[in-house]
Amino acid sequence: MSTSNGVRVAVTGMGFVTPIGHDTETVWSNLIEGVSGVGPITRFDTSQHSAKIAAEVKNFDAADYMDRKTARNIGRFCQFALAASKMAVEQSGLVPADMDPDDVGVIVSTAIGGMEEIEKNQTILLERGVRRVSPFTVPMMIPDMGSGIVAMHLKAGGPNYSVVSACASSAHGIGEAAEIIKRGDAIAMIAGGTEATITPLTLGAFCQIKAVSERNDEPEKACRPFDIGRDGFVMGEGAVMLVLEEYDHARKRGARILGEIVGYGASADMYHYVAPHPEGAGAARAMKKALQRAGIQPEQVGYINAHGTSTKVGDIAETKAIKEVFGEHAGKLAISSTKSVHAHLLGGAGAIEAAATMLAIGRGMLPPTINLDDQDPECDLDYVPNKARKADVEYALSNSFGFGGHNATLVIRRPDPN
Amino acid sequence: MSKELDFKELQQLAAEILGVDAAEVELDKSFAKDLAADSLDLVELIAAVEDKYDVELPEERLETMKRIGDLWTFLEEEQGGGPRGGSAEHGREGGRAPSTQAKKQEV
Repeated sequence: MSTSNGVRVAVTGMGFVTPIGHDTETVWSNLIEGVSGVGPITRFDTSQHSAKIAAEVKNFDAADYMDRKTARNIGRFCQFALAASKMAVEQSGLVPADMDPDDVGVIVSTAIGGMEEIEKNQTILLERGVRRVSPFTVPMMIPDMGSGIVAMHLKAGGPNYSVVSACASSAHGIGEAAEIIKRGDAIAMIAGGTEATITPLTLGAFCQIKAVSERNDEPEKACRPFDIGRDGFVMGEGAVMLVLEEYDHARKRGARILGEIVGYGASADMYHYVAPHPEGAGAARAMKKALQRAGIQPEQVGYINAHGTSTKVGDIAETKAIKEVFGEHAGKLAISSTKSVHAHLLGGAGAIEAAATMLAIGRGMLPPTINLDDQDPECDLDYVPNKARKADVEYALSNSFGFGGHNATLVIRRPDPN
Repeated sequence: MSKELDFKELQQLAAEILGVDAAEVELDKSFAKDLAADSLDLVELIAAVEDKYDVELPEERLETMKRIGDLWTFLEEEQGGGPRGGSAEHGREGGRAPSTQAKKQEV
């Protein structure tokens, strides 16, 4: 039985600024067709870096979504978040400015914050002195600013902060936003994640821990979760924002419901800074808690959008965790890592994957894990290799795990047919 | 700073940093009230002006910067070694070195 309080949380809007498109249909088509968003890095000179590829956001002009001054004075990660939030709120049909200010809150999560702006101003500091450091450095770098900016521009005055848990940030953020609605602190939450860390220092730092793929000659094949030939994750950037709304409120106003957040589980690995627990023990506990909160049995789950970063230790640990939670049913589950297509949006990963999961079960089509040519024998489940698959799934999980040993699992239900 | 001052250049610089149209940047425009510039915007604008004109605005002068004209007066002083008077030409027309001495107002 569900340990939740009976308040249902619907999703009524989605907004995308991603390496695979800036609108639902483009994102969906690329997910299903398996069109990779990874390419050579164009944002800076990578001659010193062992990895020279990433999934950059392309064809994005912040001025299309906000006034010039705002575009100029906020960090790239905030530009993405504001643009995606505006699209999500527009789709939902909610107008926060017409509601009580306490009714709509915002949680924009990010793993890191305004790294590009920090690096740029550090260079200015060293080369030209402190008097040339931008007075906007602080608001551009602090990771909570996405939530602040979105509230200011969309007039959403409810609960407002950011959740930081590395690559699980936006999964936690969406889970916490759902809890805020469940406990009655807001009617709707604009929640999701953003990241813009394709920068010399961030990429260089990930190169130094040998976490990123160096398959520079074949960028679109570099992210290959569960494949024996994988050599690390591929960094992405972008924002995905959702509008979460109290279910009855959404129904009463005739909003289109895209899916439901029915469960959320969070746990810690208690193991290592950057390595997952080798047996996936923390991940398994997060999945179990999420199922318990949803009030469903493991056998009711038909699909898992895996964290699946394309690192050997991560893919194997997640596979073990799924087996631990699902037992025999693990072999009947469809599992895919859409990171193989959109790469790893770090703080935005949980949000893009929650959206992908919702679209997948809502449309009855599961996106593939691309580049899965030679499956790692230690990853012996059904990862929907290379080709999308029709499926009738009511409940799905979206897993997100972050450096520091933070685990978050969301249980997503497809919308009621009526 | 020896180059002749061109108000159009300052207009363009301020417009870019403050996110307004260059035509809005006039001598009597208040940074806060007319151009919606907050203290952060002003610090950025002054840094850009210091770079462009190779001048340094003393810390105590920062407090007195209320209008575009105040900044222009400062540049005139830096160029001429002291305040200049004379021309009544309006900045919006892009005239060279319009004096602001008669235009100072309370903000």
